[in-house]
Amino acid sequence: MSGTLVPEAPVRAAVPVERRPTDWRTASMQRRVRQRYAAERRFRLLGLAAVVASAAFLLFLLASMLARGAGGFVETRVALPLDLARAGLNVTPAQLRGPRADLALAGAGLEAAVDTAAEAAFARGGGAALLSDAAWLRVREAVKRDPSLLGRRVTIDVPVASRLDIAFKGGGTRADRAVARSLAPRLSRGLNRDFFRGADSTDPTRAGIWGALKGSLLTMVVTLLLAFPIGVLSALYLEEYAPRNRWTDLIEVSINNLAAVPSIIFGLLGLAVFLGTFHMPRSAALVGGLTLALMTTPVIVIAARNAIGAVPPSIRDAARALGASPVQVVFHHVLPLALPGILTGTIIGMARALGETAPLLMIGMRAFIAAPPERLTDPATVLPVQIFLWSDDVQAGFVEKTSAAIIVLLVFLLAMNGLAIYLRNRFETRW
Amino acid sequence: MSNAPPKMTASGVDVFYGAKQAIRDVSIDVRQEDVTAFIGPSGCGKSTFLRTLNRMNDTIPGARVTGDVRLDGEDVYAKAMDVVQLRARVGMVFQKPNPFPKSIFENVAYGPRIHGLARSKADLAQIVERSLTRAGLWNEVKDRLGDSGTALSGGQQQRLCIARAIAVDPEVILMDEPCSALDPVATARIEELIHDLRGRYAIVIVTHNMQQAARVSQRTAFFHLGQLVEYGDTSDIFTNPREERTKDYITGRYG
Repeated sequence: MSGTLVPEAPVRAAVPVERRPTDWRTASMQRRVRQRYAAERRFRLLGLAAVVASAAFLLFLLASMLARGAGGFVETRVALPLDLARAGLNVTPAQLRGPRADLALAGAGLEAAVDTAAEAAFARGGGAALLSDAAWLRVREAVKRDPSLLGRRVTIDVPVASRLDIAFKGGGTRADRAVARSLAPRLSRGLNRDFFRGADSTDPTRAGIWGALKGSLLTMVVTLLLAFPIGVLSALYLEEYAPRNRWTDLIEVSINNLAAVPSIIFGLLGLAVFLGTFHMPRSAALVGGLTLALMTTPVIVIAARNAIGAVPPSIRDAARALGASPVQVVFHHVLPLALPGILTGTIIGMARALGETAPLLMIGMRAFIAAPPERLTDPATVLPVQIFLWSDDVQAGFVEKTSAAIIVLLVFLLAMNGLAIYLRNRFETRW
Repeated sequence: MSNAPPKMTASGVDVFYGAKQAIRDVSIDVRQEDVTAFIGPSGCGKSTFLRTLNRMNDTIPGARVTGDVRLDGEDVYAKAMDVVQLRARVGMVFQKPNPFPKSIFENVAYGPRIHGLARSKADLAQIVERSLTRAGLWNEVKDRLGDSGTALSGGQQQRLCIARAIAVDPEVILMDEPCSALDPVATARIEELIHDLRGRYAIVIVTHNMQQAARVSQRTAFFHLGQLVEYGDTSDIFTNPREERTKDYITGRYG
């Protein structure tokens, strides 16, 4: 090594170039300026057009869904005069107060009594066929609330058959509309509470969304409880602990590929593993949640790794230099700072899982399920599958039910995202 | 000069990043009562060497340290040495102020909290106040301890980082170019602070700024290309360097 630090740079004379000072006012310069402004304008307009186009699509979707689906939340009712005293129902007040009241009323022939009353009231219009299958259930509820109805003449609003419901809302065949017009003074509209309480049914006026909503809810809970911790822990391990070598590279590539696998493949995997190998119950929310967790976990891992990687290394250094152990560095500093990003990724993954149909068809969640699931292992269906089933139904009454179900799905999605965004903002402002 | 044993000793230290050798055979004693400055051109390894003293190089993949580093005679790289305790005893302040994105209070309280140094809430508040006072920041922030540490100015942030390091009551404080991101006024505050802290803690400071080294330190080490060229009293290094390379560097002919 030489004794001095000063490098002996070769001295080379620069070649002198004759250049006149730039004239900024020439025509070619001004053309350049004009072109630059034009390019800026074009780009801005393109961006604006893109935003307007997507907003228009969204508005169109929302408007058409609301226009078509709003009717699904409304039922048409007809005022049905009933003389329950003459019907001679053999029920005691004690039976009505007991837990077996439904059974007692059914056994006493309430449904037949309602049909008889309808035949008498609407002899010209079509008799009992004008009423929904759910009409006598409405009478049953009324009687249970007020047993004194059994002893007198009453008029109860009951839902009408799907055909008449459509006609009253302005659709259906000409003959149906004529019936609706003739009955108009006795018809009324009201919120279809059964839609929010019931499950699937073959009668559109009885079909409800609650079964599918509850199925979706249970499925999402299973998915979240599995995918979130597994995804975040994997991401933490890969980012903070795992050495960088061929194995971790392989794992990284596999996770990226898994996130891109078509969802139906996960359905086949779920079918083979959870149903085929472990013999779990078919059509259950548990299996649906497991299958969707397989699909969602890679998305969460990728998002969480990005969020964790974006935490500045200086924060880690600061904590380590104070003597924080690796676990303390992760849980006191890295994870809280990465959490907003992790939650964003989780929202995307969960939203995708919520809207997923294909893998759930593979594990049998497309069955006709007429009761909301009580447990994770009960047969269940989910909102998108329910929409798919209803959109496939030949009965005209299901058209507006389909749109109504889509609205419910969108509201559920918005509520889920809203919650996640609220949580994210909370964590962000705390720091 | 006292004859007390040095606070930290390094002998024959080599540092490798993968196959590349970043530090070659460096031996240095750090004394308790002095401020020791490491100077040298960029990439000469002075920061790397600084980080061997509290084992911060452990976290860099592929980094390997050989040689002997001792704190009060204890082998820093021994298996029995607990890194967490070592780093509590040998604190560090970084080039860029890096307060946690938490309140000022939480920034300072974090260290004592994870090491269980405070007996009570009041005790913790006292530690925080004492640390901020020593770091010369207390009067500026005492009314807004709940504000975020990142909302302070650069110079205040760096003093907050020093307060944070002091709060765990370290024996040695390593400073890695603590003023390079600060304006001259903030730099002067930090230099004053280093003066005030001298004696209570052994201080090692890496700096690009030779005037700074001359102002704040009693001992200066000149690094070049991963080697320790010269180490001695600051007054000697700056007025009467033994080595030609040192002279070239401090007279501004290089670097």
